[in-house]
Amino acid sequence: MKKTFPRLSGLCAVMLALALPGCQREERTFRELPSATVRTGLPRQSTLRPGPPASVGPGPAVRAPYDENAYGITQGQRLYQQFNCVGCHFHGGGGIGPPLMDEQWIYGSDPENLFATIVEGRPNGMPSFAGKIPDHQVWMIVSYVRSMGRLTPKAPAPARSDHMYSGESPQASEQGKVKGQAAEHLP
Amino acid sequence: MRGGFRNGGEDSRASLWSLATPVALLTGFGGRQSALNPAGPQAARIEDLWWLMVWVCTGVFVLVMAALVGAMVKGRRRARAGSDALILPPPPEGERRMTRVVAASLGVTVVVLFGLLVASIATGRATSPLQAPEDALTVKVTGHQWWWDFEYEDPVPSRIVRTANEMHIPVGMPVRLKMTSADVIHSFWVPSLHGKLDLIPGRIGDLLIQADRPGVFRGQCAEFCGHQHSHMQLLVIAEPPEQFEAWRARQRQPAAPPRTPLEARGQRLFLSLPCALCHAIQGTDAGSRVGPDLTHLASRRTIAAGMLPNNRGNLGGWILDPQQVKPGNLMPRTNLRSEDLHALLAYLESLR
Repeated sequence: MKKTFPRLSGLCAVMLALALPGCQREERTFRELPSATVRTGLPRQSTLRPGPPASVGPGPAVRAPYDENAYGITQGQRLYQQFNCVGCHFHGGGGIGPPLMDEQWIYGSDPENLFATIVEGRPNGMPSFAGKIPDHQVWMIVSYVRSMGRLTPKAPAPARSDHMYSGESPQASEQGKVKGQAAEHLP
Repeated sequence: MRGGFRNGGEDSRASLWSLATPVALLTGFGGRQSALNPAGPQAARIEDLWWLMVWVCTGVFVLVMAALVGAMVKGRRRARAGSDALILPPPPEGERRMTRVVAASLGVTVVVLFGLLVASIATGRATSPLQAPEDALTVKVTGHQWWWDFEYEDPVPSRIVRTANEMHIPVGMPVRLKMTSADVIHSFWVPSLHGKLDLIPGRIGDLLIQADRPGVFRGQCAEFCGHQHSHMQLLVIAEPPEQFEAWRARQRQPAAPPRTPLEARGQRLFLSLPCALCHAIQGTDAGSRVGPDLTHLASRRTIAAGMLPNNRGNLGGWILDPQQVKPGNLMPRTNLRSEDLHALLAYLESLR
């Protein structure tokens, strides 16, 4: 009895010491935030949704602040040159990077998609400019890129498009209307 | 009413203002930005032409006014003599005389204007950049919104010096300026050295300047170029040739490596913040040509194109919020903690 007590208590201490780290391993939190409140500002790359379409009203649509602003688009043109977007995308024709003048947008052509592309970067070589270019200048570049793809109204387009003239295609106005509607109905 | 000024304050202020105007006019004659204070042969020729035109035009003005007053006096004399004198036509001899006088005046006008034209062309030829010798120092001037980019050409690329807003030139030697613009039309105007020449995007203008005495000559942009057109100043500093060569040799050096841990931290911050996206510091990885070259920032007297004296406080305020100083300019605001700003300023101050 005198000898087993210290041996038993020693064994208990060792088992306790071994069990204690397991507490963190099995930790569970249950009261997480509900799904609708987390990360609503994320751009959507897909129009597929699980379940039936939501009957809740349209979410807030993120508009590019400079799509209809001539100063914003021309500044975007200058920044596009100055931050060396031309190095890979050239003046919209593409080269090392994909062309920005065509109808194919790998990661979406909505303003928020383009913003995310510039700020987050993309696989296969698109750098992430987060923290390097201020937000308002990124939006200017976004509007300029959209103007290259003829997604902005023609009126504010740069008057001296020295390298490439991107006129307004007949689908652009239709596209703009349809896109606007689609964006507004996405839950 | 008692003697003296009743409303002493206002009267004395009024008299001060009436004194201010002639004083303000007189400053055009001196100072470091004046066409009437030439420091070189080109500006001297332009000043001579200016004075010629002033005196000729003053003489013409006096004559014309005298003729006008004479005509008025004569008319009044005729009216006093009798009302008929005004209604009836003048006598034929009077009319022939009038015709001769008008024809003579016309002739004199043509001769005077032709004389001024000849003087003008002669001045243009004398100040032409074609007079420059082949091996003259050549500086490439590029106008940006809203700062000046100076690049001292050299056949050896590693000896090219690039600086901003402050041009040093040797005294007594002709300097050739090749000018263009990176965006909109600007105009190079240093009145103590030459007249104006526009910096037009896509074209290369040619100007020849020479300073015959040492000094600091102020210039500014003379073609409206946007929001901050009036805050786009430059300094041309003329120094003896040895001093100029010493300055150029220092400017050719890459940036001094940071000597203290604080400066090293400042350099790391410069390279990781948005700074390196637009500014170049030779000797580091920052090589962008969008904004001014900062390799020898601390050797310049002013920042923001002559708007602020170059000291620690102004530099810190400029870095944090350039829009406060020059709203609309292309440098965005930067969020920095105070210890980061401290390190960055320590580094920038070391760039002598």
